[in-house]
Amino acid sequence: MIRVKLPDHLCTLAGADHEIELHIQGKPTQQNVLNALETRFPSLKGALRDPLTKKRRPFVRFFACGEDLSHQPPDLALPLAVANGEEPFLVIAAIAGG
Amino acid sequence: MAGVRVLTGTRKGAFILSSDEHRKEWTVAGPLFPGWEIYHIKGSPLNPNRLYASQSSGWFGQHMQRSDDGGNTWAPVGNEFIYDGLTGTHQWYDGTPHPWEFKRVWHLEPSYTDPEEVYAGAEDAALFRSTDGGSSWSELSGLRNSDSGPSWQPGAGGMCLHTIILDPITQGQIFVAISAAGVFRSRDNGVSWKPSNKGLVSAYIPDPTAEVGHCVHKIAMHRSRPEVLYMQKHWDVLRSDDSGDNWYEISGNLPTDFGFAIDVHAHEPETVYVLPIKSDSEHFVDGSLRVFRSKTGGNEWEPLSKGLPQTNCYVNVLRDAMAVDSLDSCGIYFGTSGGQVYASRDSGDSWEAIVRDLPPVLSVEVQTLP
Repeated sequence: MIRVKLPDHLCTLAGADHEIELHIQGKPTQQNVLNALETRFPSLKGALRDPLTKKRRPFVRFFACGEDLSHQPPDLALPLAVANGEEPFLVIAAIAGG
Repeated sequence: MAGVRVLTGTRKGAFILSSDEHRKEWTVAGPLFPGWEIYHIKGSPLNPNRLYASQSSGWFGQHMQRSDDGGNTWAPVGNEFIYDGLTGTHQWYDGTPHPWEFKRVWHLEPSYTDPEEVYAGAEDAALFRSTDGGSSWSELSGLRNSDSGPSWQPGAGGMCLHTIILDPITQGQIFVAISAAGVFRSRDNGVSWKPSNKGLVSAYIPDPTAEVGHCVHKIAMHRSRPEVLYMQKHWDVLRSDDSGDNWYEISGNLPTDFGFAIDVHAHEPETVYVLPIKSDSEHFVDGSLRVFRSKTGGNEWEPLSKGLPQTNCYVNVLRDAMAVDSLDSCGIYFGTSGGQVYASRDSGDSWEAIVRDLPPVLSVEVQTLP
């Protein structure tokens, strides 16, 4: 089980709680977490990554365990603490706009 | 009992203002989608409880919402706007080729004939159509792939397709307007398109009478007489009496002919409204807010200011932020960058703010309910 925390905008869009629990098929990677998230909340398709290229939106960030994972390859394994549910995978709206 | 719904899109959510046919007491519902930019909300002319809303954010992209109960509840629908075929390029601000990139939907136009059909005008300029109530979208790529497409250039607000007019009489005739490319017309339901800008003169482009490249801000039509179109351009107010084949200027005695919004009275096809502003940089006129009305189809304009602030007022009204109702005494509505929505119950003779202090208003649409 992986815990995912969403920012306010995405909670209202998805009708989801701020923290949700996901069961991942396969390796616990960023890509598989996002796939599971979009499967459970189809309205999030296109909100975190481009629907066609699957590239992360420029102002969306992924943090976990005090690290910025945004630039890591999407198929890289997430930290063990995220994979076993001890730490959440944070979806962050980047600070932009002053 | 008859009534009116004013669908208001703002920088930080949507609001639905409702009243009975007297239009004296208003209720305000919202914010809907708080924090999101709502570029446009519009209802189906066939089913007034079917509403579509374009919801976007610089962080989380484009989303589309649909309501089937007049805006009480909403559900996300399809948000995949994929350009058809090879994307190609248009001109960037510096004249270099730039790939088409989808950014957002500026305008939604539900069909007159099918409640499941709705059109979406996008930035970068393209026209999309859904025939399943917004669940999926297909590009009408004959527009973007027409001969002039690679030469289109964005205006200051982006290269947006902001106006879609479906001809209610001539089957298959559609007009769109793009900043800063101009007006385009299709006579085959959106398959093929031709520029429709003859008569436009724009001093800010190398050839002022070029076939495309004009920064058309908005066009409007009266349903009973679709061959007549009115236009607010980036300077100049114009009309066409032949479905866009030819345009001529009707700015007449306006204090300035720059502006964004233009609309037509619901029952008088020769009565037109504009909101002039000083220039492309000064989006106000001398601290007073005035609507100008022509009852002669242009050229002769009268200022309408009763009930509107006449001192220290420096708000602007964007291109999609004026609309009319179709009650016997036509109501006119507009929303401002200062978050007020003003309404007139008497065709513009007098005005009052029906709500104040909303986020900056991006769009106003009006539904007249049976």
